[in-house]
Amino acid sequence: MSVVGHAPPPFFKRGPAPLVRLVFFVSLSLILLIADLRFHTLEWARLAVATVAWPLQRITWMPIDAAGDFGAYLTRQSTLLRENEELRRSQLGTANLLLRQQHLEQENKRLRALLDMRARLPVEGRIAEILYAARDPFSRRVIIDKGIQHGIGAGQAVVDDVGIIGQVVRVFPLTAEVLLLTDKEQAIPVEVQRNGLRAILAGAGAGMMELRFLAANAEVQIGDILVTSGLDGVYLPGLPVAKVVKIDRDSAYSFARITCAPLAGVERHGLALVLGARTALPPQPDDVPAAEEPSRGKRVKKKVH
Amino acid sequence: MQPTHASRRILLPVRNWFIVVTLFLALLLNLIPFGRLPGIPDWVALVLAFWCVHQPLKVGMAAGFVLGLAMDVADASVMGQHALAYVLLAFAAAGLSRRVLWFPLSQQALHVLPLFLGMQLVMMVARMVSGAEFPGVLWFLSSFTAALLWHPVTYLLLIPQFRPEDKDVHRPI
Repeated sequence: MSVVGHAPPPFFKRGPAPLVRLVFFVSLSLILLIADLRFHTLEWARLAVATVAWPLQRITWMPIDAAGDFGAYLTRQSTLLRENEELRRSQLGTANLLLRQQHLEQENKRLRALLDMRARLPVEGRIAEILYAARDPFSRRVIIDKGIQHGIGAGQAVVDDVGIIGQVVRVFPLTAEVLLLTDKEQAIPVEVQRNGLRAILAGAGAGMMELRFLAANAEVQIGDILVTSGLDGVYLPGLPVAKVVKIDRDSAYSFARITCAPLAGVERHGLALVLGARTALPPQPDDVPAAEEPSRGKRVKKKVH
Repeated sequence: MQPTHASRRILLPVRNWFIVVTLFLALLLNLIPFGRLPGIPDWVALVLAFWCVHQPLKVGMAAGFVLGLAMDVADASVMGQHALAYVLLAFAAAGLSRRVLWFPLSQQALHVLPLFLGMQLVMMVARMVSGAEFPGVLWFLSSFTAALLWHPVTYLLLIPQFRPEDKDVHRPI
């Protein structure tokens, strides 16, 4: 087919050798891995891809939604009746408390006004539905159906009707990712409700949590309820978190191994409440360091001279 | 030709758009939120391995890398985790392509099973180095499901390339 003046097309035009291509792509992937794991710099790329892929993702939920609807359709009437009865009873039980709470809030407001304190802003919440658990088998995350458009921001706490289930870690336009309490990367400051002992509760995987860095003779008992201490400025104080189920006091280690089970339905799906961002903490007592800083600066300067 | 290959017929050339469509459909199947249910195969890995074995000149590591990035976002996992695993899978599958097609389909499945297991192992190492939890032995079940699906998927993806059999008594070939 060669014409005079035209070079025949190259016969085996295949680009670089497979090994070269392998090294190229593997090193590119490794760079991405390190950039995401160490420096967390790829959130913008993730946001862009997720926004573009949103309609596709919505389509793929259809089979699961349909299966769920079909299951709900087949719920037996007796189950519904029983559930209804239980709900009515619990409502009656809490009505009394609710009425009293309104009264108490009014009274509290008046007392605060008397004491000339800042009225605490009521914490607002937003109800969200847990859509599904993320597929990633290495972490415990769920996706909820509220996102940037609904005013959700990273760092907000997520609770259900019993207690805390996790924290929003990543937001997309219409969805958000919630890192559950049982994930190994999640930690939450708590206190023992019985005696006010403060500690840090961290996820241990497999649906359990671990109370870390408590001395082997710390005063914790099996069955103790742990509530948030509110020291971190993320979670409101006093929200129930977990219950101590096992204590292993081995004197060979300086810390006790305390295993806890979450109180809320952390691994269960349903509705959840995303608490609004907490109002700013009272300012840190930084008057003392501020007073010291100039003198320290002077000292440094003297040393330099 | 291929004496032991079950589909001994001479195949038509593959159409490029068909490869793209099947890879895209596999990605959609992977997006279905099954949660932590064990044994759900990684459809993208399966279809990618299939095309790397059958068309190593058309589908390769670049396709694996792009699909891997898409999966990383969809899965809420670390960027680069699936990309790394799929690139290695594509390389291994392309290396296998000369040899594996001479075997019957059941033995082909045995050939690709270690590829899928290796891919999952790469993902696990990449995550556990950074301190993630062990996902459990049952997670590896998805590789076995994928290998079991090799047989039906081969027929499904080769359908457009089969040519109709017209028996001509005068010309027996």
